[in-house]
Amino acid sequence: MIRTALLVCAKDLRIEMRSRVLLWQVLPFGVMALLLCGIALGPARAGNSSAGPGLFYLVTLLVALLMINRSQSVEKTPGTKASVATLGLDPAGVFLGKSLALASELWVTGVILLAGSVLVLHTSLHGAILALPSVIVTLAALAVAGTLYGALTSGGDGAATLLPVLALPAFAPLLIAGERSFSAALHHGGIWRWWLILSVALVVYSAIGILLYGVLEES
Amino acid sequence: MTNAVTPTVDLRSAVVLSGGFPLLSGVDLQLLPGSLTVITGVNGAGKTSLLRLLAGLVALSDGNGTVAGIDLKNGDLRELRRRVGWLGHEGSFYDDLTVRENLTFAAKALDRPLIEIERALQRVGLSNRIDTVTKKLSAGQRRRLALSWLLIRRPEIWLLDEPYASLDDEARTFFDALIADVVRSGATVVLSAHDKLRSEALQPRTIVLGGGRIVSES
Repeated sequence: MIRTALLVCAKDLRIEMRSRVLLWQVLPFGVMALLLCGIALGPARAGNSSAGPGLFYLVTLLVALLMINRSQSVEKTPGTKASVATLGLDPAGVFLGKSLALASELWVTGVILLAGSVLVLHTSLHGAILALPSVIVTLAALAVAGTLYGALTSGGDGAATLLPVLALPAFAPLLIAGERSFSAALHHGGIWRWWLILSVALVVYSAIGILLYGVLEES
Repeated sequence: MTNAVTPTVDLRSAVVLSGGFPLLSGVDLQLLPGSLTVITGVNGAGKTSLLRLLAGLVALSDGNGTVAGIDLKNGDLRELRRRVGWLGHEGSFYDDLTVRENLTFAAKALDRPLIEIERALQRVGLSNRIDTVTKKLSAGQRRRLALSWLLIRRPEIWLLDEPYASLDDEARTFFDALIADVVRSGATVVLSAHDKLRSEALQPRTIVLGGGRIVSES
């Protein structure tokens, strides 16, 4: 399972590095969305507003949805799907590999958006650094849940529009916990409680994915 | 006493439904190891559905069947998929990976030594494109790449969905020679085509499908 996971993860990251969809399409979109949030708040209010963490995660959600669809679409051309199916890869390994690749991409994006929120939303740099561990876990949990829901919706028509509708209820607790921990970091509160909740969610979604990904692929 | 050979493919009244619509209806088919079978028929006749059934990519809705000794109803279809080689008429690869990267992925997934990649590419005449990104290959080169994928896999059953599409005469001749080699080695080859094979090198059994049923065979 681990061997398959590393193989699939390396393949997905190589595809991303060569296609540069993340670099030239997803990241600019995320930065522009963050910039619009900063403009909407206005320069006078941005630094004093408590909306920074929420806006950071709102933009992260939009970016994550694009990346989840992208992660699934590389597998779904009919010929590729059939050829790869005949390799007989362990579905749990495929799930973990795709999740790890997506998490890696989200971590890169998250760090850039975090820096962007310091610059554009005037979020405290110290708070942003303190929030980093919880951001990493939140994005990992989003990647795992996203891979699961991406597989669920990718078989049908209109997968790109179906994904947000179905996945949002699963993402909401993660985003709320992520936002609360980010806010706690900014206001020197206890972030470890939220970090723990997010870690438990990450483990639960991973376990569900390991058990169900094969069934989702078959369906 | 007769020395009966166990068929690689044994379908009895096989039915495949998709959303209640029959893609295959009551197909009986037995194929022996080391045989070449061509499935022909008009568009929508059920050629691809039959190949997908044999590959374990679609479920058997009714009837019975075994492929490579694996029951299509209750057997391990994942194991079956590992034992068949599939060449689809669409692209079979990750377009953004190079030829080498695609084949390395397949070889590692199947625990094959990486040296086999260069051997297979030499055999299909694609060694000079090993570091080319797959989406930059011509349709004919992509077919050759798909063949090299199968050569690395060395499956016992080769399922080729319209393999002659987009091939020029030279490539068709090469393809025929390779299929003849594969059949001689004892593998079962099933391929779909719109028409009967023009090749004189191959003497296949030809099955004509129509409306998901076997209409005739020769």
